Amino acid sequence: MAKSNKPVVWGLFAAGGTVTAFIMPALVLLVLLAAFGRVPDILTYEKLHAFAAQWWGKAVLLGIIFLALWHAAHRLRITLHDVGVRADATVAVAVYAVAAVASVAAAFYLLRI
Amino acid sequence: MSRKPYVREVSKTRWFLRQPRYMRYMMREVTCLSIGAYALVLVLGIKRLSEGRAAYEGFLQALASPGGILFHLVVLAFALYHTASWFNVTPKAMPVQIGESFVSGGVIVGAHYGAWIVISLAVLLLAGAF
Repeated sequence: MAKSNKPVVWGLFAAGGTVTAFIMPALVLLVLLAAFGRVPDILTYEKLHAFAAQWWGKAVLLGIIFLALWHAAHRLRITLHDVGVRADATVAVAVYAVAAVASVAAAFYLLRI
Repeated sequence: MSRKPYVREVSKTRWFLRQPRYMRYMMREVTCLSIGAYALVLVLGIKRLSEGRAAYEGFLQALASPGGILFHLVVLAFALYHTASWFNVTPKAMPVQIGESFVSGGVIVGAHYGAWIVISLAVLLLAGAF
């Protein structure tokens, strides 16, 4: 049994940081294109619905969302410590809970597609 | 305790304003706010998608409002900063050793940028952005 859960917490943080570093700019750019009236194929209702209807499409979307949320939650926890918030246990529970609840919500909605 | 304890006069909340190096560190750390916010927007988008065509198209329209576009431009700027700062520390975070010597940092960082460009183009192409 591991004596510390730090490797898991940090491993997910690093995975999330890597995934978001590689694809987040492209994802945001896709939505910006749509906002300026040049909707990319994948963002039309039919295509996105068809994508999210497949099991691997759900897995990709949920994986990106969970890792991004976990990455943000962990970094926010560290940053709050850096700016003088010393209630780490409370902060940790709060940020990871938001990440977990939002991920479960994403899974719930994906399963309804 | 001594009668005149030494107290460092460093603000707990504004310490990072003292040096450009600390400010870059803090800039890197606060990218998490926009990444977290964007992930929550994605969750909302999936909720709207699951609610049907009208809900989803309303969601897209909301993103196309001036506020939505401003939000995305800010998120894009922070996302690019996150990408650059994340790649730039990879030689420290996961040094690659071949035999006795370590692969130079520039090669590792360069490989990440190269892969990033390929992946971004692939995502945009597969998504039908062109």
